[in-house]
Amino acid sequence: MMPLPEILPFGLDAVLVRFEATMSDQANRAALGFAAHIRNSTLPFIEVSSTLASVTLRFDPLAVGLDEITALLQQHLRTHDWGAVALPSGRKLWRVPTCYGGDHGPQLAEAAELAGLSTEAAIDALGVSRVRVLTIGFAPGLPYLGTLPPEWNIPRQTALTPKVPAGALVVAIRQFVVFANASPTGWRWIGQTALPLFDPKRSPASLFSPADEVIFTPVSETAFATARTTPFGGATWEDVE
Amino acid sequence: MTTLTIHRAGPAMTVQDLGREGYLSIGLPRGGTADRKAICESAALLGQSPDHAVIEMAGMGGVFSVSQPTRISLTGAPMRATMGDRTLAWNASHLLMPEDRLTIGPALSGVYGYIGFGGGIATDLVMGSRSTHLTCGIGALLEIGATLPLGPDRNADRVGMILPTDNRFEGGTIRYINGPQTALFDDATCARFTQTEFIRDPAANRQGVKLNGSGTGFATADQLNILSDAIQPGDIQMTGDGVPFVLLPECQTVGGYPRIGTVIPQDIPKVAQAPAGAKIQFTCITREDALSSYQSPAGLTRDLSALCKPLIRDPAQMADLLSYQLISGMITGWDA
Repeated sequence: MMPLPEILPFGLDAVLVRFEATMSDQANRAALGFAAHIRNSTLPFIEVSSTLASVTLRFDPLAVGLDEITALLQQHLRTHDWGAVALPSGRKLWRVPTCYGGDHGPQLAEAAELAGLSTEAAIDALGVSRVRVLTIGFAPGLPYLGTLPPEWNIPRQTALTPKVPAGALVVAIRQFVVFANASPTGWRWIGQTALPLFDPKRSPASLFSPADEVIFTPVSETAFATARTTPFGGATWEDVE
Repeated sequence: MTTLTIHRAGPAMTVQDLGREGYLSIGLPRGGTADRKAICESAALLGQSPDHAVIEMAGMGGVFSVSQPTRISLTGAPMRATMGDRTLAWNASHLLMPEDRLTIGPALSGVYGYIGFGGGIATDLVMGSRSTHLTCGIGALLEIGATLPLGPDRNADRVGMILPTDNRFEGGTIRYINGPQTALFDDATCARFTQTEFIRDPAANRQGVKLNGSGTGFATADQLNILSDAIQPGDIQMTGDGVPFVLLPECQTVGGYPRIGTVIPQDIPKVAQAPAGAKIQFTCITREDALSSYQSPAGLTRDLSALCKPLIRDPAQMADLLSYQLISGMITGWDA
């Protein structure tokens, strides 16, 4: 059973419930599960959002006191072992056509070597890994996905790669990130997707939701060229459970 | 429908309102005016709610005209404002006629100046807000030739009002409260932080403001191995070399640098408005003290409404005296 998390005042109008100070799959499940639980409650929060291992809960400080908020949260935190609760319902499983290596992922060989795998074995392993949207941040719609097997606990680069394109799949510390826009990154660029991650005029604006699951299915360059011209970059989805 | 036309535009003019709430979980920060007090001042002067969108002008204004008589407010960083050969009072409301050209020059102090309009700017809502958020691909810079729709003005008689100005345009003492990561900093570092006089660096935008201090930075013991966590406007973030950045409304939603505390909402405008080179010092206060002077935008607007006074001008300078209503009601009109 996880210890009761810290409840920390965060600015005037929020508290942070921090399950762990380091990343673990259990802490992330707890954050996703507790955030969903509070969203489905009648507690007086304006906004609930989870990050890798914590939950931010915003409230109106003129309407409700911090002591009351803290007491309510403690009461709800005691109701479950949050590291062991089921992931929230209503999730999707996405299959995303992904072109690994070559010009679409120039650091694949380097990343595979750090994981102790051949390039082919790396594609085989990553291409069937079913990862979860741990959190969305850094840019709108940009997912952090995990948790990959332990051999993928590879460090970030010491120097930044100046620019990877929108849709780039990068890897480090047992996680993937897919970039919503062209970005610099310290993670290794291993593949390319055509995912339209964020569109403010679309509803919902973010393609993925926290706790969705994703498989980055390897496809050929030809198939990827087709995916680029297909809605959602060729991604398909089904409801989980 | 009344329209606003832009004949000249400074390099960083955008439409802003109070921002869009509710999207932190998909990584979209609130955004909205860099100076929230200024949009409340605008609302108070015009007797409307602070939800009405305004034009934010960073550093430099532009030239504007309207298709119908329109009430305007000028708030935030004082800028040189003229209509024909008349200089317009700042932190005040005025009537702009279709034949007039409103010319707003550079900021005289501070950074962000605002033009408000009776009825507000009525561009389409995107995710519940009219705020431009360039880094998130929402909206665009306002450019020469742009025409923007204005909303219906429901309080057209209230014009020619002025509000007292404050001193939030030149840096000064900024109040902050401790946050979830304050404990990562040792007491000596926290003490040194509040004793340091910082200079606002030229590097600043709507995401944040960099501050330079003399001497060593304000790093934590394990600076580079902190798990990324939620961040919010006002957070005082120490980058890799321990240089403080104060985060502003367009800051990201998640960050991996440690934060020594959070600037209280009331003082964020003072940070945003501090011009390059301004001196800034921090003082740590309790949450209770911070809360005692905290107001929602609606509450602040209501209080500011009570401070509005009729703008007294030299009648000899007023060729168009009869077009002005010199004494307007003090009723806010929108919350009655």
